[in-house]
Amino acid sequence: MTLKEIVEKLDAQVCLGADKLDREVENGFASDLMSDVLTLKDTPVLITGLCNVQTIRTCDMATLDVIIFVRNKRPTEDMIELAEENDMVLIASPYSMFKACGLLYEAGLKPLY
Amino acid sequence: MHQEYTVVEGDFVNAGKASSSVKKTLKQLNVNPQVVKRVVVALYEAEVNAIAHAYGGKVLVDIDSDKIRMVVADKGPGIPDIALAMQEGYSTARPEVRDMGFGAGMGLPNMQKNVDKMNVTSEVGVGTTVEMEVNFV
Repeated sequence: MTLKEIVEKLDAQVCLGADKLDREVENGFASDLMSDVLTLKDTPVLITGLCNVQTIRTCDMATLDVIIFVRNKRPTEDMIELAEENDMVLIASPYSMFKACGLLYEAGLKPLY
Repeated sequence: MHQEYTVVEGDFVNAGKASSSVKKTLKQLNVNPQVVKRVVVALYEAEVNAIAHAYGGKVLVDIDSDKIRMVVADKGPGIPDIALAMQEGYSTARPEVRDMGFGAGMGLPNMQKNVDKMNVTSEVGVGTTVEMEVNFV
């Protein structure tokens, strides 16, 4: 599915990377635990409730470049700046992690494991 | 090529700066992206450890044509039982470390998985040194 479809499904706002919404993505991974994200071999879309600068750094190291923040968490200016340096897409949804995952799974986003 | 970085205790805002800089250097040197990911994930875990658990320290990086050698040396408090610390799930992390998305007891084992060679030495009251090597091919 495209990032644009994700944004629509999650009633979300694009905080960074509005020019990249035509991109196709295949997999998703949900976690608030960055240690878990650092064990991923693949590069899925990350759905997370953890909204701090370490979320961005972790994704940079793990080469993930699409982050969906749930429950109305908004990235700060510092986070957006760091994400911009790394060409990331940041999306913010009002939905809970459970609802966001459910909707994206139903829409065809595949799990990694 | 030799690079040095200083890591400050509790400075989570800057956690990952060294890894980020190493990532840029390796990319410029055209190192295989999969190898770059292994290097920076391991170094980032070590950096976070030094910030979360230690009184700060140094990150020393040496890049050769065929491998990278990384040393993260902190100023204590040291690890009393390294085998226990290497066990997946064992953690002594404070709540603020967990708030940053770390402290699940996955760091040291994940570093081990990502590097070709790793050696941890520690003396209580003195400090811990983690040496890691990753071959480029």
